[in-house]
Amino acid sequence: MPAIRTEALTKEFPVGFWRKRVHRALDQLTLSVEPGEVFGFLGPNGAGKTTTLKLLLQLIFPTSGVAEILGRPAGSVDVRHRIGYLPETPYFYDNLTAEELLLYFAKLFGYAPADRRRRVDRLLDEVGIGSERRQMLRRFSKGMLQRVGVAQALVNDPEVVFLDEPMSGLDPIGRRQIRELILDLRRQGRTVFFSSHILADAESICSQAGVLVAGRLVSVGRLDEILAVERGWELVVADLSEVAQRAIGSRARRITQIALGRHALEVAPTESDQFVRDCIESGAHVVALNPLHATLEDFFLRAVQDERGNEGASSDDSRATEPPPTS
Amino acid sequence: MTESASGGFVASLRVVGHVAVHVFKESVRDRILYNLVIFAVLLIAGSYLMGQITAGQDVKIIKDLGLAATSLFGLFIAVFLGIGLVSKEVQRRSIYSLLAKPVTRPQFVLGKYAGLVLTLAVNVAVMIAAHYSVLGVMSWLESPEFRAGWEAPATDPAMLKAFFLIFVQLMLITAVALFFSTVSSAALAAALTIGLYIVGHFNADLRNFETVVDSPAAAALARGFYYVLPNLAPFDVKTAVVHAQPVPWGYIALTTAYGVAYVAALLLASIVVFSRRDFK
Ligand SMILES: Nc1ncnc2c1ncn2[C@@H]1O[C@H](COP(=O)(O)OP(=O)(O)OP(=O)(O)O)[C@@H](O)[C@H]1O
Ligand SMILES: [Mg+2]
Repeated sequence: MPAIRTEALTKEFPVGFWRKRVHRALDQLTLSVEPGEVFGFLGPNGAGKTTTLKLLLQLIFPTSGVAEILGRPAGSVDVRHRIGYLPETPYFYDNLTAEELLLYFAKLFGYAPADRRRRVDRLLDEVGIGSERRQMLRRFSKGMLQRVGVAQALVNDPEVVFLDEPMSGLDPIGRRQIRELILDLRRQGRTVFFSSHILADAESICSQAGVLVAGRLVSVGRLDEILAVERGWELVVADLSEVAQRAIGSRARRITQIALGRHALEVAPTESDQFVRDCIESGAHVVALNPLHATLEDFFLRAVQDERGNEGASSDDSRATEPPPTS
Repeated sequence: MTESASGGFVASLRVVGHVAVHVFKESVRDRILYNLVIFAVLLIAGSYLMGQITAGQDVKIIKDLGLAATSLFGLFIAVFLGIGLVSKEVQRRSIYSLLAKPVTRPQFVLGKYAGLVLTLAVNVAVMIAAHYSVLGVMSWLESPEFRAGWEAPATDPAMLKAFFLIFVQLMLITAVALFFSTVSSAALAAALTIGLYIVGHFNADLRNFETVVDSPAAAALARGFYYVLPNLAPFDVKTAVVHAQPVPWGYIALTTAYGVAYVAALLLASIVVFSRRDFK
């Protein structure tokens, strides 16, 4: 049984002054995330990531389609006992302290007082909120609120955690702490579903990634497969003659001088043998041959470009449709 | 089966209680509340001076003012605090993380309401205490001969009946405010609630509207409004109490029942609307 499953999940928002037109923010999302996976949900601004998360938490209701968590309909109370959620740019109550907020949330799960204290103290430590925990939340900075937001999402040791841009607003130390926290969750076998724009961070924590563009899921893959794609080779040679530089260099994707008499050639995956041979024949020495792997960024950019290329200029018109006439 | 069902019910009520306590905690830390309560207490105390200016002739004016101040400031608390707490929660999106917890939307609405009523109860109690203190001091300062001229003693317990009905009325207004804040923005909800409060006090006039206009359509409309809009006039027994006229218990019971029924209907409507709502 998947931890998260959606089928043709669609959300349309009414737009315009008379709310007659609709904007399809999410278009037939079908997705399944197995327990223990850390799923990075990527996509440009306005792609529909937050919309998807809000549908999974039933903060908004789908126009059509199904959303299930742990085999139960999203939004049911027994599911909410087992999940955690960090909203995008979280905001809480001005007149509570961080500690009181977490104790309140812990109470809603029905924990005994001593248990609540223990959980809250541990979590605030983990997200790096120190003595500020006794201050009113109205005095918290954006990044501090973000940390409190992550802590409150984990107050019930959730089996499935939804994080909407967990790294946003954090300093480098905060980002590292949150990354460690998510990796801990991954080690403990919990399922994490997070959206992010910080691809370097996402690459280091997720086991799967999906790219959403304009409400449509255009690409999904396991991270090890995404990163295993060979983008080519980097060939480092010494003593490359002027003549050879021109002859061989012009055939490489890129040639850069990295030191005196040393050059790095970037070559396509299939051509590396030929290049090595040619270099040696020209009297140069091969110093190193390194594979160039794709990054999550390549994966992301390719998915977005492919999708936008296919769509053409008419994309916006096709997404804003009149509602069917009601009789 | 029944045991687990009733256990579920108790657990469910407990969640409502947690939300209510949270509302209470949040509101007692709200500056608006302090300002309103301090202002009301000052007004009640100040009414003593007013009594002095009008030559100390009567204790009635002080009683009247104290009751009116409680009613008016109660209204402000219900409207500004009540609407603030609910629409702020939606507009600032603190509700996102709350509704991801095991709190259903009906529990949220009921918890908010219970918390607001609790806040109101404490505030009304403070105002009652101020009211009776002022009257007690006044009575103590006057000579026994002078006191004998009063229709009712200064600290007449019958005033509690008037306070009670004011409280029931405030419960109703709070339910109105809660309902409007589940369907519209904070500013609109406040305007609508205050509008309904004013209309509610003149509601009885709608019934006699047909004697004023000729158009049967207008008369029917007025009659329709009469039945749908809350009728707040019966909750006001100030004049009777101040003039030491009896207020029968039956009347209080009936008026309370009307208030409670109206509150129940409004809460139900709020729950229905709130349960289907998208949070943007
Ligand atoms: N309440 C709403 N009413 C109308 N349109 C909305 C509403 N909420 C979102 N949208 C639209 O739906 C689309 C998806 O928005 P969403 O917030 O899900 O994007 P996102 O992927 O989270 O973007 P970002 O990376 O900027 O956070 C956007 O075009 C947005 O304008
Ligand atoms: Mg977003």
